Amino acid sequence: MTLSYYLVLAAMLFTIGAVGVLVRRNAIVVFMCIELMLNAVNLTLITFARSTGTVDGQIIALFVMVVAAAEVVVGLAIIMSIYRTRRSASVDDANLLKY
Amino acid sequence: MIETPDLSWAALAPMLFVFVAASVGVLVEAFAPRDARHPAQVGLALAGTVGAFVATLFLAGTPDEVTAVGALAVDGPALFLQAMIAGFGALSVLLFAERSLDPARSAFVVSAAVPAGSPRDRELTTVPRVQTEVYPLALFAIGGMMLFVAANDLLVMFVALEVLSLPLYLLSGMARRRRLLSQEAAVKYFLLGAFASAFFLYGLALVYGATGSVRLSVVREAVTADGGGVLLVLGLGLLIVGLLFKASVAPFHSWTPDVYQGAPTPVTAFMAACTKVAAFGAILRLLYVAFGAAEWTWRPLIYAAAIASMVVGAVLGLTQTDLKRMLAYSSVAHAGFLLTGVIGLGAGGEGSGLSATMFYLLTYGLTTLGAFAVLTLVRDGDGEASHLSQWAGLAARSPLTAAVMTLFMLALAGIPLTAGFTGKFAVFRAAIEEGAWPLVLVALLASAVAAFFYLRVIVLMYFSEPVAGGPTVGVPGLPTTLVLAVTATATLALGILPGAVLDLAEQAAIFVG
Repeated sequence: MTLSYYLVLAAMLFTIGAVGVLVRRNAIVVFMCIELMLNAVNLTLITFARSTGTVDGQIIALFVMVVAAAEVVVGLAIIMSIYRTRRSASVDDANLLKY
Repeated sequence: MIETPDLSWAALAPMLFVFVAASVGVLVEAFAPRDARHPAQVGLALAGTVGAFVATLFLAGTPDEVTAVGALAVDGPALFLQAMIAGFGALSVLLFAERSLDPARSAFVVSAAVPAGSPRDRELTTVPRVQTEVYPLALFAIGGMMLFVAANDLLVMFVALEVLSLPLYLLSGMARRRRLLSQEAAVKYFLLGAFASAFFLYGLALVYGATGSVRLSVVREAVTADGGGVLLVLGLGLLIVGLLFKASVAPFHSWTPDVYQGAPTPVTAFMAACTKVAAFGAILRLLYVAFGAAEWTWRPLIYAAAIASMVVGAVLGLTQTDLKRMLAYSSVAHAGFLLTGVIGLGAGGEGSGLSATMFYLLTYGLTTLGAFAVLTLVRDGDGEASHLSQWAGLAARSPLTAAVMTLFMLALAGIPLTAGFTGKFAVFRAAIEEGAWPLVLVALLASAVAAFFYLRVIVLMYFSEPVAGGPTVGVPGLPTTLVLAVTATATLALGILPGAVLDLAEQAAIFVG
């Protein structure tokens, strides 16, 4: 069935996002990768809504968008506050806490 | 024609108390004059949490109920855990409200938006103005946690997870002193927390794909029917990863030490006690209500995570020189002991795993709150003196503080006659009843290793010479004194006479599907 293409695409996007979180150094880019993961989940949800013939998946995708928006607000506020102090958003520079 | 959903207001009362208080708190923040805000916010926060606690007591005897069109299950475990979260929440609010320890009157930064170290920031550190936004934030987090343990639906569980996490990310970045550490903790917590919730969400999507619903009871039927297809098993694994992260179980614990150390100590106390309760409540409900029939799929996973967590927590705890960091690794080790109780969940609901885990959460929450409360008392010029070497000879300076800290350390180590021992005994017995004796063996060894670093604190306080220019022990105001009195009394009481509370936990230990 062609729906499986969408699932594979979503899985690939999710993986790209997850790898991006692990290898990228800029906090904003890391955060964008997380958003990519969330949107991959949305694609999965919509595809499953189609394949199972229920609307739950579409509703859940809307919820995910709202939550992601709230997360952006909080996340960017935190990243901004540390950027203002350090003039850098690199997660490698945030190295005061270790071991 | 849209029908209004059927809501049982009485069953939702505990959560309503907290959420209403939080919303009113936001309005107070916007409209009340600055001088009136602090008393108003503290009063509101205490009214909300204590009101919620009392409401759960009233609901305790009533029959279990699935309400809000099946999205929420108000049953024994939910109420027991909600009572715990509300109670610990009230104690944490008291710690937030302490004003006599810090010369600047509060543990929280006046204006979080001012860059750390700027002239304006230096000016503000000495101003006796206090920031009151932390109370509504804490209330929203408490409300989210209470929703989390009652969620009967993966979507509600996800929304509750975010409602509890987002305020915590902000709160951990709001320390008044050592602001860079605090901001760094917030960034790390936020990025890793969002990463973990993306995994939870992908798990949710896969489970939805496999069963056509996110309702736990429907998932259970699907699991019972086909025993778990590839999608279901993958989904379960991803959901567990998301939840284990929140519970700070190794190998998903890497944020815990950094965030515990960087966050303001009252917030650390709050996170350590309440988040743990909420996360384990959700783990128990998910594994037991939805995936009870697939237990041979998740059992090995939880088994391995329990061992990893106990070993990592105990061994890395040994090498720590900072008390807050040491208590963070102790929290990782305790998460492992709690998972021992989760393994003790019998198939089909027998066994004492559920009641033992809930009792352990109670004992751990009380002791860890108390230990962090003691930590706020010992201070030097730069805020709290959390380095171990600074605690040398503390007993000579303040015998009472040292005695209270000794009690909490003994309880965390699990020495008899303290709450820590009865809690450990309960979870280990539950695991042995399920035949998991190798796990209990590892747990006993890990307890022995962990006992070393708790006892090291006691030895340091009593048998070392005090260092010159060491920290001073502040005289706490009423709020912290109250927290210390409650936690110390309860730690002793649950150690000597645990019977009544254990019975209560056993009566509460039935999930409604």
